[in-house]
Amino acid sequence: MVPESYYVALSAVLFCMGVLGVLIRRDPLVIFMSIELMLNAANLALVAFGQRHGTAEGQALVFFVMCVAAAEVAVGLAIIVAIFRQRRRLSVDELSTLRG
Amino acid sequence: MSLVTFAVLAALAVGSAAGLLLRRNPIHGALFLVVNLGTVAALFLTLRAEFLAAVQVIVYAGAIAVLFVFAIMVLIPGKEETGPDPRYRQRLLSVPIVGVLLLLIALVLTSGTFGGAAKPPVPGGAEGVGRVLFTDYLFPFEVTSVLLLAAIVGVMALTRRRA
Repeated sequence: MVPESYYVALSAVLFCMGVLGVLIRRDPLVIFMSIELMLNAANLALVAFGQRHGTAEGQALVFFVMCVAAAEVAVGLAIIVAIFRQRRRLSVDELSTLRG
Repeated sequence: MSLVTFAVLAALAVGSAAGLLLRRNPIHGALFLVVNLGTVAALFLTLRAEFLAAVQVIVYAGAIAVLFVFAIMVLIPGKEETGPDPRYRQRLLSVPIVGVLLLLIALVLTSGTFGGAAKPPVPGGAEGVGRVLFTDYLFPFEVTSVLLLAAIVGVMALTRRRA
């Protein structure tokens, strides 16, 4: 059995790669994918911690994270499509106002 | 044996995440993301969370990845990152910042979080997770349905064409 700390270390590395993706990329779609990467890394850590404590509550929490991620992707992609309809361009550097 | 499996899966996960970061074409990024999500599902299996591995494949690698590919096909982006980056220096600054973040997480994790003996792992099938979801977490579980309904209505309101 692989110790749980290895899983948590891997999840930390994956989370940091997601943060890096959000910071260095300009395409909002790729930024969204990086956010999914971060959510997944958190899920991995939650499952590892849950197994460490011998309860299924970590897995229940991961279930809720997945629901929130699904809703977030749907709303986020809808926002991106709406922005694209208005501006015909997609770059996070140009999106500096909250007004439509 | 299990250590070798973990090492192979971890290398795949980190490699596909690096591919997502480095490839310019977002459709390649989406495919790397699918590889990453599948690898995490396999890692769930090695942690004996079988139900979550199945849900991961269905929800993430199925629904969310298809949604991403669909959005990429609709928007046809990829032209955005071809030109020179006007904020190149600011973006380069994020690499040491993320390095500091990783160091911080490593410090927190090595400060005695994993003391004590490990408990025997719980069975992660649908029965174990379902028992927790429908007893202790029944109210959050029901709130989830409201969240999903709000997301559906919100998406329809956002993408409706104004005549």
